[in-house]
Amino acid sequence: MTSHPVGPPGEQVFAALTTEHRGKLMALAREVAFPGGTRIFEEGEKADRFWIIRSGTVALDVHVPGRGRVVVETIGAGSLLGWSWLCPPRQWHLAAETRDAVRAWEFDAAAVQDLCAEDTALGLSLVTAVAETIGDRLRATRTRLLDLYGPPGPQGIGPVP
Amino acid sequence: MTLTPLSYRVVDRRDETHDTVTLVLEPASEALKPFAPGQFAMLYAFGVGEIPVSVSRLADGHRLTHTVRAVGAVSRALCGLRTGGWVGVRGPFGTAWDSAAAHGNDLLVIAGGIGLAPLRPLVDAVLAEPQAFGRLNVLAGARTPDDLLYGDEFPAWGKPFGAVTVDRPSGGWTGRVGVVTTLLREARFTPSDTVAFVCGPEVMMRATARALIHQGVRPDRIRVSLERNMRCATGHCGHCQLGPLLLCRDGPVVGYDQAEPLLTVREL
Ligand SMILES: Cc1cc2nc3c(=O)[nH]c(=O)nc-3n(C[C@H](O)[C@H](O)[C@H](O)COP(=O)(O)OP(=O)(O)OC[C@H]3O[C@@H](n4cnc5c(N)ncnc54)[C@H](O)[C@@H]3O)c2cc1C
Ligand code: FES
Repeated sequence: MTSHPVGPPGEQVFAALTTEHRGKLMALAREVAFPGGTRIFEEGEKADRFWIIRSGTVALDVHVPGRGRVVVETIGAGSLLGWSWLCPPRQWHLAAETRDAVRAWEFDAAAVQDLCAEDTALGLSLVTAVAETIGDRLRATRTRLLDLYGPPGPQGIGPVP
Repeated sequence: MTLTPLSYRVVDRRDETHDTVTLVLEPASEALKPFAPGQFAMLYAFGVGEIPVSVSRLADGHRLTHTVRAVGAVSRALCGLRTGGWVGVRGPFGTAWDSAAAHGNDLLVIAGGIGLAPLRPLVDAVLAEPQAFGRLNVLAGARTPDDLLYGDEFPAWGKPFGAVTVDRPSGGWTGRVGVVTTLLREARFTPSDTVAFVCGPEVMMRATARALIHQGVRPDRIRVSLERNMRCATGHCGHCQLGPLLLCRDGPVVGYDQAEPLLTVREL
């Protein structure tokens, strides 16, 4: 077995960065831990930070009038939590709640943006990696809207949150 | 392979979900040849019609196990059968999950909805000789928690690495939410040394295959199981044609390198 394995957790966002860039970014990281059931952020709040999950799972939810909170996706180790900080209006699109105990690296968005402005090569790699996550989530949403597991035919289109 | 159905009796039935039933069938006298994982039988509900259904567990003696989801007239009739009821069965038909080609490799078994049924005999076979393979990952997706199949067996499959995700959580579901491809982030495999077996609706198989290729799994090492309407199941009537393939004979299991160009054209 020669090629790089997928995982282990924590590698996905960093995979696109050189060792030097990774070192610079990690100098801004803060280790944080959240117990299960913690609301990390709410929809519409100011998005001024992001996290890379090291262990545990986080549920992303959206408030649907009349139905309350509806989980649209859960993400785990290695995933980027939060991309709304990257572009205006810099408000969370979804809310996030830990499912179980979560350990993560927390990054202050303003500090990371300053670093990206200072080192544009790093900036490009990081933004590309974040855009990839956004693309992933968009593809996943699109696939869910197609009703991934339903039989063909009109009865296959069910209500999707 | 027999062209006329043999009589089988339902000796066990189990409700898997609100619309899916597992039937265990025993031959009345003459039995069909043994099936391989991924192959299918034509099940005839007397007076209603005949449909293709994969084996969902390999034969215990001459018995056959099938898991059927009720979507229309014939599948509903099969799901409505009680112990002691009769079914006509032809088979075995089609290509199999060629697990031997995966020897020494990491394995991804990825299922969407009822697609877990044809994959279950493959998982059984791999677990029976784990030393022949690398790491086994069983990833399953379903619409809702109530649609998940074989919930009681999954913990055993999960020991190498297994994960389940649903599109729409309900009823206090505390597991994963999201499409099955999101589980790939945590699966343990080396893309260049991996063989993937994928079964589910076509849109799910396409999304999964694309994600796998993006991660470095070769298209010819991704096996998908394709469904088309079947009539004769013997390569004569043409009902199951997909481009150059007659899926009752050349499928249902085919390599994604072969399937991809056929699945992405709008009409054939
Ligand atoms: C090789 C092969 C293996 C299969 N294995 C299994 C299995 O293990 N378990 C199982 O439950 N089913 C399996 N199927 C699907 C099964 O054959 C169909 O669900 C069945 O043919 C539907 O027949 P019906 O008369 O009940 O419904 P129909 O009246 O023909 O159809 C009713 C509705 O179901 C939809 N439908 C029709 N065919 C399919 C299909 N293939 N998949 C999904 N929706 C369909 C139609 O669009 C229609 O809306 C397999 C199919 C193939 C080709
Ligand atoms: S079902 Fe008749 S050719 Fe395949």
